Amino acid sequence: MPASSEWIIKDQTVVSNSWRILEAEVGVDELADMEQQAILAPLDFWLAERSTLQARKGLTGVWLDSNEKPGSLIVDSTFDINEIPLIAVNFPVFSDGRGYSTARALRQNLGYEGDLMAIGDVLRDQVFYLKRCGFNILMPRADQDAEIMLTAFADFKTGYQASIDQPEPLFRRR
Amino acid sequence: MYRYDQYDHQMLADRVAQFRDQTQRYLAGQLSDAEFLPLRLQNGLYIQRLAPMLRIAIPYGMLSSRQMRKLAYIADHYDKGYGHLTTRQNIQFNWPHLEEVPDILEHLAEVEMHAIQTSGNCIRNTTTDQFAGVSADEITDARPYCEIIRQWSTFHPEFAFLPRKFKIAVCGTRHDQAATQVHDIGLYMVRNAAGELGFRVLVGGGLGRTPVIGSEIRSFLPEQHLLSYLDAILRVYNQEGRRDNKYKARIKILVRETGVEQFRDKVEAEWLTVKDGPMTLTQDEVERCRGFFHDPDYKDLPGSSELLKRALGGDVMFAAWHDQNVSAHKRPGYAIVTICAKKTGYAPGDLDAAQMQFIADLADQYSFGEMRITHTQNVVLADVEQDKLYDLWQALKTHDLQADNLGLLSDMICCPGGDFCALANAKSIPIAESIQRRFSHAELREIGKLSLNISGCMNACGHHHVGNIGILGVDKKGEEFYQVSLGGSASNDTALGKIVGPAFSQDEIPDVIEKIVSVYKQQRSGGEEFVETFNRIGLDPFKAALYGDKSNSRASRPA
Ligand code: HEM
Ligand code: SF4
Repeated sequence: MPASSEWIIKDQTVVSNSWRILEAEVGVDELADMEQQAILAPLDFWLAERSTLQARKGLTGVWLDSNEKPGSLIVDSTFDINEIPLIAVNFPVFSDGRGYSTARALRQNLGYEGDLMAIGDVLRDQVFYLKRCGFNILMPRADQDAEIMLTAFADFKTGYQASIDQPEPLFRRR
Repeated sequence: MYRYDQYDHQMLADRVAQFRDQTQRYLAGQLSDAEFLPLRLQNGLYIQRLAPMLRIAIPYGMLSSRQMRKLAYIADHYDKGYGHLTTRQNIQFNWPHLEEVPDILEHLAEVEMHAIQTSGNCIRNTTTDQFAGVSADEITDARPYCEIIRQWSTFHPEFAFLPRKFKIAVCGTRHDQAATQVHDIGLYMVRNAAGELGFRVLVGGGLGRTPVIGSEIRSFLPEQHLLSYLDAILRVYNQEGRRDNKYKARIKILVRETGVEQFRDKVEAEWLTVKDGPMTLTQDEVERCRGFFHDPDYKDLPGSSELLKRALGGDVMFAAWHDQNVSAHKRPGYAIVTICAKKTGYAPGDLDAAQMQFIADLADQYSFGEMRITHTQNVVLADVEQDKLYDLWQALKTHDLQADNLGLLSDMICCPGGDFCALANAKSIPIAESIQRRFSHAELREIGKLSLNISGCMNACGHHHVGNIGILGVDKKGEEFYQVSLGGSASNDTALGKIVGPAFSQDEIPDVIEKIVSVYKQQRSGGEEFVETFNRIGLDPFKAALYGDKSNSRASRPA
């Protein structure tokens, strides 16, 4: 299960982390105790308690595991996905690449414009791809070094493909 | 040939710097083995039995003389003086040092080459028919599309950590020499009734432990939708391909478990979300890429060469080579020459540095400075004047490159096997040699067209499933045995070979092949090729010849 860390990288800057990742659902009392705490609910919990959680407004996001489809968030046709302030996608191990497709589907197919955070086994050498697929926040694995992480955004000057951060493929730009 | 512009150069320079940094962090202990593994694999670096192995991409087989000289330099300076051509239009070096790999990559970048995504669970080198652009019977030259796919697949941010490796082949010739149907995606270039260009799309082909022939999911994909459609296939695979079991992770298993129809529906649904968006190919881009593959400055030559006729009449050795290794060219007065890297005594597909240098010189002198590498581990000079064929052949003889066995039994595909590969069950190079030594050249010619493919284990790097004769190394209680299959084909009529019966020991193999060949010779009618005879008579006559009344005692042997 992903652990919450003290710092995150948001829009290529290191900032302190206010989000707490819930591993499983919690009871009403516990939720009340976290009144001022920003939390990331696991998908099942979020789906089950959506109205209660929605009432917390900007303080509740949801996290998807690598096998969970972004389409599951769309529970009915009236729901606006952009009401969710933050969606996190878990990488149980960095080599599980499903999260990249999840991110691109959220941004591209579902039109999600809020904060999108990669959590779990998030390492320096995947930063560039994560950014290109639409993650604007990274919560690195505990042992990662902030300074070294930041250098990764400059690994490549550009890319060939259409991507979330550069919707025009290179052949339309060269 | 494709030439890099400032963007391509920048991308490659960034990559070399990135890998240098990753290697340094690994050597300094800042990256674990598990974290470094996919990073090095995505730069073609395996750790093998004796040393690391570096696999360098030769995109869709095209190589310039300058690039070939660079490969020779690398063989000399960083390896033991030779390289190995692979079945996926790559070249492998078996002895580089890990610390030196970033330097090798820098050398390669100088000549617009790299090792990007030549291994690992990502989209690999795109391959095509080695006669693309020069074949007389072509629908269209596939290379511009291969280059478009190369760029799309290079550092694709979404598809760098797929469930498993992913291989794409594109074929624009009528006679398929690219083994298109055994790729994860196979694309045949076609024209629709209106004469427009497009692709027939196959998915889920592959060899390995579970060989499968690809299934068609679209009979016509208009060319401008190439990339959005590929993106859609890859996205379905990335999300749904199995990750719980490495042996079930290829797209072929997903397609089988989902069902072809349903898989197609998923792809089409995904495609609708991106179709007609920015990924749509522009006519400008297609033209730009085509521009790199225009015909060279051919001379206007008569259709048949008097010089050639005289040489053929005067030198039987030359005539034999010409008969076997020279193919028809689309231009009058030109010919396609295949240099077989299959001389007995050399590992199939191996070239030493001097040969590489020499072939580069020949390319400059005879073929507009370009070569192609074939999936059968040979080298092609695609644009040779017929007038000059005799000179070229004489030059080839000076470097042991005159093997005149293209398409014959001795022109085998063979993986590195137990001599180099950590995964091998059995050796494969000595098997190839023992078979080559068994047959005289006259016999080989008399047998005619016959493909023999050898893999040292079920990973099938040597394409044994699709050889007319396939040989697979198996390990039984620590002993090396060889399982033989018959009737495979990698061409338009792709078929998987059928296993003849219990496996044989290494010593038995030359006899076994000889018996198989004699059955064919006895049974063939008219001009039938081996595989045609096999398709007509089936496995039984071969079984009888191989196992005869001993088949009972053999039954106790390992299969
Ligand atoms: C010596 C180091 C090598 C290693 C460790 C290696 C490893 C593997 C493995 C594990 C597979 C099975 C993949 C799967 O089933 O998903 C495979 C397949 C393959 N390899 Fe290699 N290989 C090596 C060398 C080569 C060489 C030299 C060639 C070409 C002659 C080659 C070409 C291929 C091809 C064509 C396949 C089959 C692709 C398919 O399953 O569709 N490999 N290799
Ligand atoms: S077939 Fe097996 S032995 Fe041969 S190269 Fe591939 S993995 Fe190695």
